[in-house]
Amino acid sequence: MSLTFTLDGKTIPFTEGQTIIQAAGAAGVFIPHLCYHPEFKPHGSCKLCTVKVNGRHTASCTMRASAGMVVESETEEINAERRALTQMLFVEGNHFCPSCEKSGNCQLQATAYHLGMMSPHYDHFFPSRPVDASHPEVLLDFNRCILCSLCVRASRDVDGKNVFALSGRGIRTHLIVNAKSGQLGDTDFTLDDKAAQVCPVGVILKKRQGFAVPIGERKYDKAPISDTMTEGK
Amino acid sequence: MALNEMHAEAVAGVVDRVVARYRRDPSNMVQILREIQEACDWISPEAIDRLQATLGVPRTKIEGVAGFYSFFYTEPRGKYRVLFSDNITDRMLGNRAMMERLCNSLWVERGKVSEDGLVSVGKTACTGMCDQGPALLVNNYAIVGLTAERIDQIAELIRGKVPLAEWPAQFFKVEDNIRRADLLLTADFKPGDALLAARARAPDEGLMASNMRSWREGLPSGIGGPAATLDEIKRANLRGRGGAGFTTGLKWEACRNAPLKAGQRRIVVCNADEGEPGTFKDRVLLSRHPDLVFEGMTVAAYAVGATKGFVYLRGEYRYLLDHLNAVLAHRRREKLLGENILGIPGADFDIEIHVGAGAYVCGEESALIESLEGKRGTPRNRPPFPVTNGYLDQPTIVNNVETFAAAAMIALKGGDWYAGIGTKHSAGTKILSVSGDCERPGIYEYPFGVSVRQVLEDCGATETQAVQVSGPSGICVAENEFDRIIGFEDIPTAGAFTIFNKTRDMFEVARNYVHFFQHESCGFCTPCRVGTSLLKNLMDKLHYGAGSPYDFSEIEKLNQLLQSMSHCGLGHTACNPVLDTIAKFRPAYEKRMNQQDFTPAFDLDRALAAARQMTGRDDAAAHLSTEHGGAA
Repeated sequence: MSLTFTLDGKTIPFTEGQTIIQAAGAAGVFIPHLCYHPEFKPHGSCKLCTVKVNGRHTASCTMRASAGMVVESETEEINAERRALTQMLFVEGNHFCPSCEKSGNCQLQATAYHLGMMSPHYDHFFPSRPVDASHPEVLLDFNRCILCSLCVRASRDVDGKNVFALSGRGIRTHLIVNAKSGQLGDTDFTLDDKAAQVCPVGVILKKRQGFAVPIGERKYDKAPISDTMTEGK
Repeated sequence: MALNEMHAEAVAGVVDRVVARYRRDPSNMVQILREIQEACDWISPEAIDRLQATLGVPRTKIEGVAGFYSFFYTEPRGKYRVLFSDNITDRMLGNRAMMERLCNSLWVERGKVSEDGLVSVGKTACTGMCDQGPALLVNNYAIVGLTAERIDQIAELIRGKVPLAEWPAQFFKVEDNIRRADLLLTADFKPGDALLAARARAPDEGLMASNMRSWREGLPSGIGGPAATLDEIKRANLRGRGGAGFTTGLKWEACRNAPLKAGQRRIVVCNADEGEPGTFKDRVLLSRHPDLVFEGMTVAAYAVGATKGFVYLRGEYRYLLDHLNAVLAHRRREKLLGENILGIPGADFDIEIHVGAGAYVCGEESALIESLEGKRGTPRNRPPFPVTNGYLDQPTIVNNVETFAAAAMIALKGGDWYAGIGTKHSAGTKILSVSGDCERPGIYEYPFGVSVRQVLEDCGATETQAVQVSGPSGICVAENEFDRIIGFEDIPTAGAFTIFNKTRDMFEVARNYVHFFQHESCGFCTPCRVGTSLLKNLMDKLHYGAGSPYDFSEIEKLNQLLQSMSHCGLGHTACNPVLDTIAKFRPAYEKRMNQQDFTPAFDLDRALAAARQMTGRDDAAAHLSTEHGGAA
């Protein structure tokens, strides 16, 4: 007998141990997310993928699917909450999309479009976050960091290097680099690392390569994030 | 910074000694960092170098942990590190004036290190001394009942570079202030009594076997002492005293029934991370009745089949550590801990104390376990729950200090006796930490069901405007609700009972609590990390007179978002103090609603304060004379 649950009224099959977002993705249904990545252990921190399971809010990347559960995702209420979270991420850092190399390829930006975010709404925090240009091949622009920890997980679990980690607490939480100097140039990080490929925003950037693809022709310029981010498509 | 410079070799010596004592086990990281800092005054890059080499863990992991806890310093903070407790009760007792006096006397700016690197003066969240504030911590040792005279003496000692160990002992005296005692605080109890009573409940036949199976081999046994003890706890209807009120018997049973993988054992954890502002009853239980608490833990170990115990003691109570370790050593000598406890073959259990380092969120049980494992204190994703996958993935129960004390008394006197005390839904007694505007602040133990009004009368509170029950994450009770009762059926509480008389400004109370949550948010999830800061900014905006009805609706929207999207209870409750006071003390907010329409929080004149300070000017020409929100 096949296992299923319903997501916004649609029947979604799943296998034992799958999370809601995994099963939804396999069925071609998009649930907005930023810190979730199908190749890594879920983190559950950005909360964008929150859905209502039997009436209760829960992160769909960490909640295992179970037979018969009733899941709501694309409701006005939940999308308004996701929009507010996205706005929070925008004001927490320094995000200047028009001048960002990642514009058009950025999941945060694409998610904001998907959710119909028209303004940052909250007052900007304008934190001071110096960039790290010490590495010969890679630039780190912490202004755009949303603390998803994907680079942390990739470096630790795939590259076996532990180049990145989160330090600090609360609003002062920040990304740190594995060197006494705190500089990426003093680590064994390379462009071939998995961690160099996973940043959903524009923190980890290849040097000496800018705007190779013009704005307007980039990934999310061509199709909305909801069409490009599910495994079923 | 000469004072903070230790030779790299000396630092390496300290690190090696500490690491060796903790068996080179990175799961003791928080304890290792604490001891290094106690010896070296801070956690220097050289110390981290050495740690990385000796522990074999990446530097990022060490820095990530060190960066999480308020009491760990990866930059020099002076030989003397003074932190004033900044709970609302400390404020009401004039802590700000004391801090200013010390700063002026030592010629040091608040939050900064003195130029000679000798001392820093800052503030910290409630240190659990609300009944005898204002209070401070110096190098994590508490000094209470501050007066101007005492501040001057402290300044003199610091200037004279007198080592902390040579400061007058009476400076560090903390009172218990027990004003009303009931079954826990009057416990006529001899160490070992509760264990003997629990053991006596086992049917005669199979006693040894059942004990051996449950303790040494970690298998649940259907019969015998452990099962009988669990039954008593269930019959007592004991519920957790940390605030949430989960049924203790169910938690213990779930842990007892959880399967063990090879090499695993069951763990008992005592949560003494009493961080809720206004709570200090666990401090008194631990200083006055440590044997009762340790015995309760041992009873729990007996019931669930655990062989390892931890006490997670909040960093602010560091001064209790040596005393508690001495009590543990005594219990080992008396065969009340260790192997074959009381001569029962296979009855093995011991307790280790871990000291926290200034992180309220570690009071949440899964964050506490992360911290015990030497990590950042971030609450875990649940399920799975600690009863099946807790400390190092082993079945673990986490209970409050008071819960264990009650468990010891239940083991001693039986579940029926206990269930007969209190109310139908709330069995037993509750210890309240009473502070704020009253004549007799301190510790009051009542059977559940006592009314707020009764407590106010007993502690000599008059002209009371409000009581914050269970701290910022609890509820604010107004005068028309004083007949409500303390109990799970009405007002559940972890124990804080903070009284505000009619002269107090309830807006400022709420603002203090909002600042607390913002400071203590762990930063893991977006809604709490950013939302608590947004809330703080909104409350500050109202404080500065730029509030409008728009900001009210923003606060309400933020509350909804934090309730629904946050990862743990900290975020869920962060808006409570504001919503409660808006509902019950609206005039305090309306007084601040100077604006009809939206007004930006930014104020140009206030923004120039930094420039004024730098240039040493405060004359009229250095100010903008415009009304708030007007054109410059």
